[in-house]
Amino acid sequence: MGKTLAEKVWDAHVVRKGEGEGANAQPDLLFIDLHLVHEVTSPQAFEGLRLAGRPLRRVDLTIATEDHNTPTLDIDKPIADLTSRTQIETLRANCKEFGVRLHSLGDKEQGIVHVVGPQLGLTQPGMTVVCGDSHTSTHGAFGALAMGIGTSEVEHVMATQTLSLKPFKTMAINVEGTLRPGVTAKDIILAVIAKIGTGGGQGYVLEYRGSAIRALSMDARMTICNMSIEAGARAGMVAPDQITYDYMHGRPHAPEGADWDAAVEYWNTLHTDDDATFDVEVDLDADTLEPFVTWGTNPGQGVSLSAKVPSPEDFGDENAKAAAERALQYMGLEAGTPMKDIRVDTVFLGSCTNSRIEDLRAAADIIRGRAKDPNVRMLVVPGSARVRLEAEAEGLDKVFKEFGAEWRFAGCSMCLGMNPDQLEPGERCASTSNRNFEGRQGKGGRTHLVSPVVAAATAVRGTLSSPSDLESAPAGTLTGIAV
Amino acid sequence: MEAFTTHTGIGVPLRQSNVDTDQIIPAVYLKRITRTGFEDALFAAWRKDESFILNQAPFSAGSVLVAGPDFGTGSSREHAVWALKDYGFKAVLSSRFADIFRGNSGKQGLLAAQVAQDDIELIWKVLENDPGTEVKVDLVSKTVECGNVVAPFDIDDYTRWRLLEGLDDIGLTLQHEEDITAYEATRPSFKPKTLPAKVDAQ
Repeated sequence: MGKTLAEKVWDAHVVRKGEGEGANAQPDLLFIDLHLVHEVTSPQAFEGLRLAGRPLRRVDLTIATEDHNTPTLDIDKPIADLTSRTQIETLRANCKEFGVRLHSLGDKEQGIVHVVGPQLGLTQPGMTVVCGDSHTSTHGAFGALAMGIGTSEVEHVMATQTLSLKPFKTMAINVEGTLRPGVTAKDIILAVIAKIGTGGGQGYVLEYRGSAIRALSMDARMTICNMSIEAGARAGMVAPDQITYDYMHGRPHAPEGADWDAAVEYWNTLHTDDDATFDVEVDLDADTLEPFVTWGTNPGQGVSLSAKVPSPEDFGDENAKAAAERALQYMGLEAGTPMKDIRVDTVFLGSCTNSRIEDLRAAADIIRGRAKDPNVRMLVVPGSARVRLEAEAEGLDKVFKEFGAEWRFAGCSMCLGMNPDQLEPGERCASTSNRNFEGRQGKGGRTHLVSPVVAAATAVRGTLSSPSDLESAPAGTLTGIAV
Repeated sequence: MEAFTTHTGIGVPLRQSNVDTDQIIPAVYLKRITRTGFEDALFAAWRKDESFILNQAPFSAGSVLVAGPDFGTGSSREHAVWALKDYGFKAVLSSRFADIFRGNSGKQGLLAAQVAQDDIELIWKVLENDPGTEVKVDLVSKTVECGNVVAPFDIDDYTRWRLLEGLDDIGLTLQHEEDITAYEATRPSFKPKTLPAKVDAQ
């Protein structure tokens, strides 16, 4: 019988098969091709190596960057927050001691770890990629098996370049059809999460398939795979194709010459066989999809932007009902309110979900020639220093600044507020990030997850809005949208 | 890692689903570089509310957390497990755990016991009607006991064995180092390496 993409990548990395069968089987020992490291989840792992007197086995398969704590203003000055500064300095000292390549704040390759890996060409089809960060699933967009791990596992990978894992089940997410203008990859994944729930993917690797997925750019595929974790899945994947190869070709660490040809030959085998079966299949219709937005405090609590805030009574399950009641209270929303009547204070364009060049282009296309609602603050945080440079070369920084948005330096920023970019209590934000948890963007902050184009349209109108709500589309808009 | 066989302690009913790791430990506490001392960070935002369960005796002295479904979703932060352990929790009961949280628990000797939601509801009732009731979690027999409720729980055999024996993962893996070396020798040359860096980042 044929194999799924996930099974092929898994099988190619088995160092040692676990003994036993079925539920009682021991885990397999898998080789890890790339280990991404950042300052938050690594200090205790480095310390563990040091205490045990163990070396870092493969520094040539390890790369670090600074992202979670880094300020997005005044990056040439010492970091004001002392605990943040200590954590960054600890990473620098650890990388120096163990010989790990590090892209520090201020260098051209610094940025959010999940933006940096792909843009350097280090993320490639068929690889196993791990990082002490749940959004490592992003790299699955290349047909890699990529997953977030905890700090104990970070230390395990550092010491052994392997992980002990039990095989996952497989779930196909079939998205057929054509997205309408203004509907994007973000809307696909928010709709998937609302459909299967925050626990729906638990124990599964998701494979995104179908004509709507095949039509997506790499930046858009990364947005989708990024939020697999929000559906409970450890990993999400898209089979590589010509779009993948075109993205890869010429990147600093992409294979060259004969190695490129050998790589492509291998990558061409990385698709689910016709006679393979998934444990579960889920279908989503791209033709009828609308811009999607969350109303609650977990990413599964989402609706179409044209819908109303649901009532707890709409949920049959007692736990879901209680969760909805609590979420509405925290969010300060009343059931029945049209989503589009909800006024926001802040718009955040950034995070490992939506901070790549196409995301910035798509948002810039919406706001170009328009005025920002004066009561809205908009923060634009490119995913990496490289993305920032690219955007500036295209003049996107000017578009954002003229609109009245703040143009910042790269990092995780307001996605999780470990740096000074945070919401005030009660402040409401339309955010292109991935988590609307209580307090995630700042204590008492209220988050609505949206796509970059919805974020942009919302900044114009001041209320949650889709691009089609804008009075007249200036010439040239809706062309470069990262669908 | 300390071995785990059985534990008996005060049960804490947390009637909430989707308790994400941002709630278990807010991001601001992740800036520390130590592995211990996170007890103050556990549920830091919720603990500011006096009515929160951990602010009430006898639950404040609890060591078995009994939570709703989808516990530990979201961020991979192992700090969530460290905070639960540092506070004094030895076991968490839920009908469904997020994968990464469950994995992290297993590495740190915090027992994540998967109990059917119907049994969770029964245990909640016992703990709410008679606060301070102890929950006995027996990893040998894979059962939990609370008042008159006795329920089985699920945990994968490998994690159970490691917890019962108190085994260190890295040590176990390094017993197979020759297998890792043999695998490394077969990797194709087109696979990327991070060193030497092929960029000028300055």
